[in-house]
Order: sequence, then structure tokens, then C-alpha cells
Amino acid sequence: MLNRSKQKTKLTERSPEDRRKDFLEVNDGYTFTEAVSEADRCLQCRNAPCIQGCPVAIDIPGFIKAIQEKDLERSWEILYTTNQLPAICGRVCPQEKQCEERCTVGKIKDSEPVAIGRLERFTADWKRKAGFTPVTIEVTKPEKIAVVGSGPAGLTVASELAKNGYAVDLFEALHAPGGVLTYGIPEFRLPKEIVRAEIEGIRQLGVSLRTDLIVGKTIYFDEIRQKYRAVFLGIGAGAPKFMGVSGTNLNGIFSASEFLTRVNLMKAFRFPYADTPITIGKHVIVVGGGNVAMDAARSAMRLGAQTVTIVYRRTETELPARWEEYHHAIEEGIRFMWLSNPIAYLPGPDFRVTGARIQKMGLGDPDASGRRKPVPLPGVEETLDCDCVIEAIGQSAHRILSEGFKEVRLNRYGYIEVDPETLMTSVPGVFAGGDIVTGAATVIEAMGAGKTAAKGIMRYLTAIA
Amino acid sequence: MTPAIEPTQESVFTIREIAPKIFDMTIVSSTEEGSAALISKHAKAGQFVMIRGGEEAERIPLTIAQTEPEKRAVRLIFQVAGTSTHKLSLLKPGDPVLNLAGPLGKPSEIVEGKKVLVIGGGVGIAAILPIARELYHAGNEVTVVLGARTTALLILKDEFAQISHHLTLCTDDGSEGHKGFVTDAIKDLVAYRGVYDVGWAVGPTIMMKMCSEIAKQLDFPLWTSLNPIMVDGTGMCGGCRVLVGDEVFFACVDGPEFDGRLVDWDNLMLRQKQFKNEEADSYHHCRLEDQLNSR
Repeated sequence: MLNRSKQKTKLTERSPEDRRKDFLEVNDGYTFTEAVSEADRCLQCRNAPCIQGCPVAIDIPGFIKAIQEKDLERSWEILYTTNQLPAICGRVCPQEKQCEERCTVGKIKDSEPVAIGRLERFTADWKRKAGFTPVTIEVTKPEKIAVVGSGPAGLTVASELAKNGYAVDLFEALHAPGGVLTYGIPEFRLPKEIVRAEIEGIRQLGVSLRTDLIVGKTIYFDEIRQKYRAVFLGIGAGAPKFMGVSGTNLNGIFSASEFLTRVNLMKAFRFPYADTPITIGKHVIVVGGGNVAMDAARSAMRLGAQTVTIVYRRTETELPARWEEYHHAIEEGIRFMWLSNPIAYLPGPDFRVTGARIQKMGLGDPDASGRRKPVPLPGVEETLDCDCVIEAIGQSAHRILSEGFKEVRLNRYGYIEVDPETLMTSVPGVFAGGDIVTGAATVIEAMGAGKTAAKGIMRYLTAIA
Repeated sequence: MTPAIEPTQESVFTIREIAPKIFDMTIVSSTEEGSAALISKHAKAGQFVMIRGGEEAERIPLTIAQTEPEKRAVRLIFQVAGTSTHKLSLLKPGDPVLNLAGPLGKPSEIVEGKKVLVIGGGVGIAAILPIARELYHAGNEVTVVLGARTTALLILKDEFAQISHHLTLCTDDGSEGHKGFVTDAIKDLVAYRGVYDVGWAVGPTIMMKMCSEIAKQLDFPLWTSLNPIMVDGTGMCGGCRVLVGDEVFFACVDGPEFDGRLVDWDNLMLRQKQFKNEEADSYHHCRLEDQLNSR
């Protein structure tokens, strides 16, 4: 029965006071009743504008209809046909800019769209708890394919190819698979148990996963090309950028990548039970305004910081972070300092950072991104005391790349150039996708690239066969 | 279907305490696809591996001391300095090694037909062994200076004797070779044999700093292998950033070798102490666990 509520079915969230003390999730997701009630808001539009908003084109009305009919197994089947990482996507996709932005219900005056993301998570979580039966797919094709990097792009290419009967070897440089899903996104936003479970599902399709292998170092690129008929490079944009202001090398100053890797991959939040430490002191500054900045700030709060201040050079209006993450951060007591940019970090007697000189900014004309450009206000500066600074100002192309894959043509930013249709690089049979092509973007966009590349690879293999 | 190439099994083949708290360990792979097998095939002098001894363990960098591709073996020599190295030292022959990844970093720039100086201090003696070996086989005239606190810590002397033209030993306490630091020995050597075309120094940071000052005075390039704190070792975290010639480099991907004359040594030494208190806590915690387990 259609639910005419203009608001999304409410989701009970844990209180900010509780959640800033631990790394558990903000909420437990919809209950069965809540999910059915929310699914009943879906109009089942024939033209399904939501699907066009999804980079991997999930049959959204289809899986929601099955929830309406209380047939969760069917809902799962529809979802899993197109998306091998639904519990992850349900949690970390920016649905407000994708499927939900196009939702017809959301176009009705004063109405919120259907909570597609929460429903996706609901179905995926239900299946994981109900018991996931692995699907095994026979290898029917003679060609072997190497996928380099086990982040969202690589996982998607690997699963798509495996589903089509290809033998796939998936290589990961770190000791755990998942790329940014594992080292980047914190536990409270994406529990690693879920990442492990969904990757296990992909392995069960017949994908061979090999960790601790750095293509270009452990095996040379030439050897990989000789051994495999096609290669996909999904190695991410992993090199951290620094502001480069004076004092950057003081102790207590971390790239968000280092901070989050210590906390997420190496489990520093369990120190000393885990061996890898992190120190944050009492007052933490996070520089930047994206989701990574929010993740770092909220993690620092959970590690026991007294104050966490996000320093951003523009204003709330230009903030690139997801609205939901921003609001969770505010609820948890993160402070925001708008129109501010650090210009120097100040050393203490023991070489630890003790403060940051902050340049106040104004907003000028719009720049290439369409956002108003921050310009320094001459002479307007202040000092902010701190024991720790986390710079979350973006990443660039992995440096091992230029050494390891010399034949592959790069653009002037150091990212790989590809044919937009097939995602093939300048080297025949070598494909690339995800952040290493686009620069830092989202999980689902990388997965979308994975789908495109898988099609490109299959077309290529058919053509040369 | 069980995927075919995972997990590769790396295990300890031999492990021996060759000097107080210094362990000589060889890791082998069970298959040709294993990490030790592939590393042994691809590693060059000057490169390192990241190793993790257990589920909760840190990833730590260790310089490769030797590789034997036909045995799928990688030899690592390390000194127990904290939790991670302590845990590695407890491994026994046959024990699995959870994670081994490499070879990482840029290889040494091996020259040919030159007069070269190779300086090793403490456990750094092990790290410089493959460099000296390559330099020797590339037809250089190789002078090796090894230094340690005392004779018991002066490791691998016999191996260096076979791959050097001149070998000078020194100990701080005079228990073997010259009494004094490697820097004194270098000054004497240069006074006696003339200046070198190029040199390498690997050892405690303070030793590399002092050697670099001499290289600056005597005006010859000196490669030093920097050992900042690392997390991933693949250029992803920036924790190992070092200042060289006023520029920021990541030791893991841009190094680990840099011309010591240009390195900001004080900055490196301060950054190495970043987690000093936590490391002490962790080591304490780890030893308490050992005691509990031994009951």
C-alpha cells in the first residue's frame, strides 16, 4: 500500500554523546517494518529516473518492489545482479547526488525522495545475516586477466569478468584487500566486517586474490603483460598532498591518509592491543572540507580529542563533503572555522606542533569548479593552538606508477589517459579506471568505471580472439 | 572453487641470534608465486621489504640483506628495538610469516670501475652488505669500514672480507680493530689513500649524519639509507617524509637512499622520535603479554 508520507521513514540514530566515544556505526539501519514502510513510498515510476542517476544502473524500482512485497530474497537477487558491493554502497554512496536526486517522490513539493540508500543497505544487511550462499561460476573462457588494485574499481572489474566466465587474478599491494574501503573509510561509517564479507562474496565467484603484491615491484609490468591477455589498473590516487607550509615536517602533523591508515587498516584505535600507535593530543585541527576531512575529524574525536576544529578556506555553502557527514560531524561536536587557511605550523620545544597561523580568507569570483574562489584577506591572521594537524586536502597519483608502468601514457596531472568508451590505455590490452584516471572521486564512480572497463575488456578479448 | 594463488605461504627457514639482540633470519616461499620467491627474483641492492609478523603487528621496513632466487629465499637481519622486532625475533624455523611485501624503494645506483667507500655501523652493517657485494662484482675498488659499540656487535666480518679490497674494523670500546668511531677511520683512510669517488653509509642516524659531514668537507657524494617511520611503504601515507636539499621527499618511494650531504639530519632524528612514548608503552605491554603466555 502506497505510503504518502513526505518524509523518509525515520531512522533511529545513536546519540552523538555515545557515538563519539566508540567506532560503532551511527545507526543500525532500518528494521523490517521500517524498510517495508519506506519501500511503500516508491511510486514504481515506469521511466525509473533513479536508475539513470546510478553509475552502475541498479534496477532500483525492482529491488524496492520486492521489499514492498516482503520478498527479501528476490530483492537481494535483483540488487546483487548488478552490484556486488551493496552493503558498502548503501552506506557510502552520495545518494543525494545520484539516485535520490532524480527520485520522482523527491520532486513533489516539500517531499524527501525515497531513501534508496537505506533500503539498499537493508536488503544487503538482511542477506548477510540470513546467510549468504556463495555463487560459484565455472571458468569457461581461455583468457586470464590481471586486475591490479583491490579497491572498488578493481573489485567490480574482477567480479564482472568472473561472472562472465573469465579467470581473474586480483592483486593488492597492502596486506588487506579493499583499497580505500579498508584503509580510508572509518569503521563507524563502514565496518570492516562488511567489507570483508562482500569481498569474500567476490572471491567466491572464483576470483583469485593475492595480497602483498606490488605490480611494478614484486612482479614487473612486462611480466604481468606476458602472463595475462588483459590487464586492468585500478590503483587509486593514493599519494597524499601536503599544503607545503612551513612546519609541515613537525611531529603531530599527518596527512589524512597516514592518520586514517593508522586508525583503520592498522587498528591504532585498539593500541596497545594493536601495535601501531597514533598520537593526537588534546586539540586537533583538520584542514580541508571533503568527506575525508569529516572522517578524520570524527575519528580524532573518537580517539579522545577534547576539541576538533575543521579549518576550511571557503564556507559551508561550498563544502564538498556529503551533507549527512557534515551534520553528523556537527552533532558530534566538531567545530568549523570557515574562510580560514593555515599558512604556518608552529613548533614547540620538543619539535611537536603547538599551533597554526591561520590566514583569514574572503570569497572572490567563481573559479573553474564554479565555486567562489577563496582569496586571502591581507594582514588578517590568527593563531589556533593545537597538538595535532591532519591535512585532508586531497591525493594525487601513486608514485610507484611512473616507475612501474612507463609505457602507459599519463596526462599532465599524472593520471592515466584512457579511451572514454572502453577505458583502454595507450597500451593495447591494458585498461584503467577509478581514481587513477579521474583523480579522487567516489566509491560508486570507481565501480561504474569498473563496469565500463569490464565491458571494454570483454569486447577487446572477443575482437583479438 | 578455492582460488588458486592464495594465500601464499611464507615461512621462516632459519633464524639465529648472531650478536646480542641481532637476528639473522631467512624467509622462504612454499611456491614460485610466493612473496619471498618473487622478491628474491626482483630485488636489487638497497631495496627493502615491509614485514608484519602477526595479526595485530605493525608493518615495518627491513632492508634486504641477501636474496637467493633458486631457494626462493630472502635474508633479513634486524636488531630488536621494540615490539615489532621483538615479535619477529620470537619466530622459530617453520613458523609462518604473515605478510611480506617488496622489494620497495629505489635500488642503489651501482657504479663501475670507481674507487668506492662503504661504511656500515651497528645493524646497518647488514643493510650495506648487498650494496658492497654489487659494487665489488661491478669492478669497483671497494674499501669497507665497519663499526660497532663492541666486538660482539661487529657482525658479518667474514662475509665482507670476501667482497672488499680493504676492510677496516672499529669499535667504540677498542675491543676489536681501531678504537673509535667510523668517522675517525674515514679521515685516516682518506689521508692515507686519497679521496673516494663515491661512498655509501648505512647505520645509526647519528653515524650517517657525521659521515655526511665528512663527505661534505672532503667533497664526495655519500649515499645514506634513511630510516624514518613508515606505515605502508608504498608512497601512500607520507609519514616517512624527509627533507633533502630543502625539498620534501618520501623515503619509501623516492629513497631510501639520498645524498647524505643534502639531508636535514636533525629533522629526521626528531621525526624518528614521534612515537617514542607509545613505542615504550607498546614494548612494555608486549613483554607483559610474553610473561602471561609463558605461565
